Amino acid sequence: MGNLSTTPPSVSPSGGAGGGDDAGYSAGTTPPGGVHRSAARRELWRFLAGRVSGAVVSMLLVLLSAFFIFRVIGGDPVRAVGGDSPMTPEQRAEIEERLGLNEPLRVQFWEYVKDVFTLDWGQSYVSSAQVTDLMWDRLPNTLLLTGTALILAAGLGVWIGARAGWRQGSTFEKTQVGISLTLWSAPTFWLGMIVIIVFSVRLDLFPVNGMRSARGGDQDFLPDLLDVAHHLVLPACTMAAVIYAQYVLIMRSSILEERGNDYLTVAKAKGLRDDVVRRRHAVPNALLPTVTLIALQFGAIFNGALLTETIFSWPGLGLLFYQAIKIPDIPLLQVLFIFFAGTTILANMLADIIYRFLDPRVRRSA
Amino acid sequence: MRTEPQPGSMSGSTNVTTELKSPRSIVWARRRASLADFWRLYRRQRAGMVGLAILVVITLLTVLAPWYTDESELNAANAPGGRMESPSTEFWFGTDQIGRPILTMVIWGARVSLQVGLVAAVLAVTLGTVIGMAAAHFGGWISWALMRLTDWFIVLPSLVLAIALVIALGPSKLTIIIAIALTSWAGTARLVRAQTMAIEGRPYLERARALGAGNWHQMTRHVLPNLMPLVLASATLQVSSAILAEASLSFLGLGDPSAFSWGGILERAFDAGAISAGAWWYMLPPGLAILLVVLAFTLCGRAMEVVLNPRLRGNQ
Amino acid sequence: MTPVLEIDDLRITYRGSRGEVPAVRGISMSLEPGDTLGLAGESGCGKSTVAGAILRLLPRETQVTGRIVLDGDDVLTMSFGKLRAVRWAGASIVFQGAMHSLNPVHRIARQIAEPIVLHEGLSSDAAEKRAVELMAQVGLPAWRASSYPHQLSGGQRQRVMIAMALACSPQLIIADEATTALDVMIQAQVLALIKRLVAERNIALVMISHDLSVLADTCDRLAVMYAGKLVEDGPSHEVFAAARHPYAQALSAAFPTVGDPAERRNPHGLAGDPPDPSNLPTGCSFHPRCPVVRDDCASTSVELRRARDDWRAACLRVEEVA
Repeated sequence: MGNLSTTPPSVSPSGGAGGGDDAGYSAGTTPPGGVHRSAARRELWRFLAGRVSGAVVSMLLVLLSAFFIFRVIGGDPVRAVGGDSPMTPEQRAEIEERLGLNEPLRVQFWEYVKDVFTLDWGQSYVSSAQVTDLMWDRLPNTLLLTGTALILAAGLGVWIGARAGWRQGSTFEKTQVGISLTLWSAPTFWLGMIVIIVFSVRLDLFPVNGMRSARGGDQDFLPDLLDVAHHLVLPACTMAAVIYAQYVLIMRSSILEERGNDYLTVAKAKGLRDDVVRRRHAVPNALLPTVTLIALQFGAIFNGALLTETIFSWPGLGLLFYQAIKIPDIPLLQVLFIFFAGTTILANMLADIIYRFLDPRVRRSA
Repeated sequence: MRTEPQPGSMSGSTNVTTELKSPRSIVWARRRASLADFWRLYRRQRAGMVGLAILVVITLLTVLAPWYTDESELNAANAPGGRMESPSTEFWFGTDQIGRPILTMVIWGARVSLQVGLVAAVLAVTLGTVIGMAAAHFGGWISWALMRLTDWFIVLPSLVLAIALVIALGPSKLTIIIAIALTSWAGTARLVRAQTMAIEGRPYLERARALGAGNWHQMTRHVLPNLMPLVLASATLQVSSAILAEASLSFLGLGDPSAFSWGGILERAFDAGAISAGAWWYMLPPGLAILLVVLAFTLCGRAMEVVLNPRLRGNQ
Repeated sequence: MTPVLEIDDLRITYRGSRGEVPAVRGISMSLEPGDTLGLAGESGCGKSTVAGAILRLLPRETQVTGRIVLDGDDVLTMSFGKLRAVRWAGASIVFQGAMHSLNPVHRIARQIAEPIVLHEGLSSDAAEKRAVELMAQVGLPAWRASSYPHQLSGGQRQRVMIAMALACSPQLIIADEATTALDVMIQAQVLALIKRLVAERNIALVMISHDLSVLADTCDRLAVMYAGKLVEDGPSHEVFAAARHPYAQALSAAFPTVGDPAERRNPHGLAGDPPDPSNLPTGCSFHPRCPVVRDDCASTSVELRRARDDWRAACLRVEEVA
């Protein structure tokens, strides 16, 4: 995948885990009285406030960097609009006027911040449609693709990873790790190309690209649904493959970390079957660090979506971004950049908060 | 704890110039010994040895390319074959849309891909190490600010950020390197910070501080040598991600238009309609090359991690 | 009376990357209901391996020979299904280090109730009700039922482990370093609790520790292991006061008599390190460290010899020593 700095598949699971910051809590031996409870609640509010304000600061940083990257050092937008053809100074001034580029930087930044908060994110250079409209049109398609891929990858990855870690040294484990490392090493877009050649061009099992067949729009609900599902198979599997590989490796490491723990021997000594020991005792413990690591990789999912949608011409935000790169359509790029970054920040914040409620070691006594 | 006053120990290095040689040579002997130790343990990692072998072969193929291939075939004017020819005995992996042999393109493409990958990884790891050490050493608000920044970079979709940077700076080899380095240092920084804090808690650093060692001395003489193995393992893994990143950026059309890289070849294949033409020979070699190199670096990095962290060796 | 546990010539060999390592080299013992046996020895002598073998909890590649008869059935040859039925219901274990012996993400009532649901087929509600009763018996308040392990102190966690061990009314409880990590006051409380519960229910107890004084306090019989073999087995107070085997003597002498000035100036201890199990000395494996070694010790393999009717020791000089 285009996993720029997604955690490389390192062996040790200790690389991530931001959720552990507040874990140094151990309750006293007093019963849960009123004082105790209100202290716990205050602690919880402080935690929530910390996470939310952290996300807000991150978001401001995103807005700031978006402004600087795209407005200040972002080359010459006039040329981007007018293309490479020579233009008269009058034409140039006219475009500058339209884009508000003749204002001082300070004013431009102020306008930018105002626009951001009024959700007035400007027009595309090319289609002169509102960029937000373009985005809202494409968003459901991206959600469909990434959602399918994520569910597929997370379910399968956690399951296989847990089994692999449980049987360390077995042929099964070695095979699964080998497969995962190979999948991780394959560029998403190339995987997509190969998949299309094999399954669409040669075997003719699935459509080459797009989300609907040509007559798609006029169909009734059920045929349309089947049509979209048919188109969804290849891109979703391609995108899932790389994410899957990461989840297998993460989950396997987490299980390995748990394996030495005595509570598993106790569970075995109680007479539980081996697979029950794994499912009921090892997996819930191993899932907690996995949740944190997976949350840290939300950004990588957008990387994957961008490349997958490009290869399969899946009409989502990733393809929109790709088309904007080719022009380059600065307002559109800017909005998409803010959207991608904002979504990951939001997702991470939510994951942090959810983690707190999942892990009894972090959570206050109820 | 009592320590014997040693001639030439770091605090007294100014007045004992003649004896400086011996402690330093002891240090070097110790480093050589630990390197030999590392190699002995590394050799037992079969996957790591496979990775290393792949890398050696690919490096040789890349370096020796001028002796067994003809670079001029890559010039559009001298293209020796026909349009998108399928594999034959003359062109093992066929030709592209203007008749250039794919195999030659892939062999020469290794130069750009490896170069960008290696340089970007070294830059990223250096940046990450410096920031991680600073965050661990100084504490207070500096540490807080650096860690927030690190978290910010870890969380953001790196490819999207890198694309934005390349667009802003204009596509070229250098911009790609900068964009990749800027978007991939954060993981290393976090790792280095944790490790530095562990090292700084050790008794000999307390001793060095008590003897009046400054920040710079503590960092370069005591912390950095202990971090080096971890940093190297991290750098090896980082090369994998950097090569993948370069491929992705080039594929999206943000590569250096004048150079061949594996991602760039795939971009041309995609744009030339190789998929619908079923020209698998156009796409298979560059993709496999990326996969092989990335896999090899990953295997090496993981093997190094296992050697450095006995807990991961399993079957204790 | 039929014995609850009968171990006959138990031999256990670990197979690791360094080849085969014998951890237990021929141990026999027998316990009847209500018997309490203390098993002592240095770390690495194989005492915890014996505990693991009784419920067949050792790694799969470990080689185990001999017989372990638990309530009439040989554990080593029984089917997995039968083995799972015997685990916890026939014999349960209180593990060392209670911190890691409890699952951090499950409430403690659920963990105590788990074997009850499994072996007695109760609903989880009924089983948790039983769990609360068990908690009361080990001195834990009912509201603790919904706590998580990290909310408990070390002593409380060890009590949970004991309640859990009692859950299916086993005939045998194995306590493996059950009190080692606790501070002295809590340790005394927990020991008294174990002693009382075991006596009340006529349960056989095997208590494993490196601490001879703890064992002498809690158990009627005391067995000392060295390098995978029993070297002494007898009534606990007498073994503690006047062991026949020089190793057992050294172990008990490691506890100084408080207030004796002679001992303060000349503390007893044992020279040397425990032997490497993969490369044991010939003859009596204790002979390189033995203060009263004789010429034939290095060549004669010594088995347990009768010192008295209820007392055995594995030393050539069993008559003269002591």
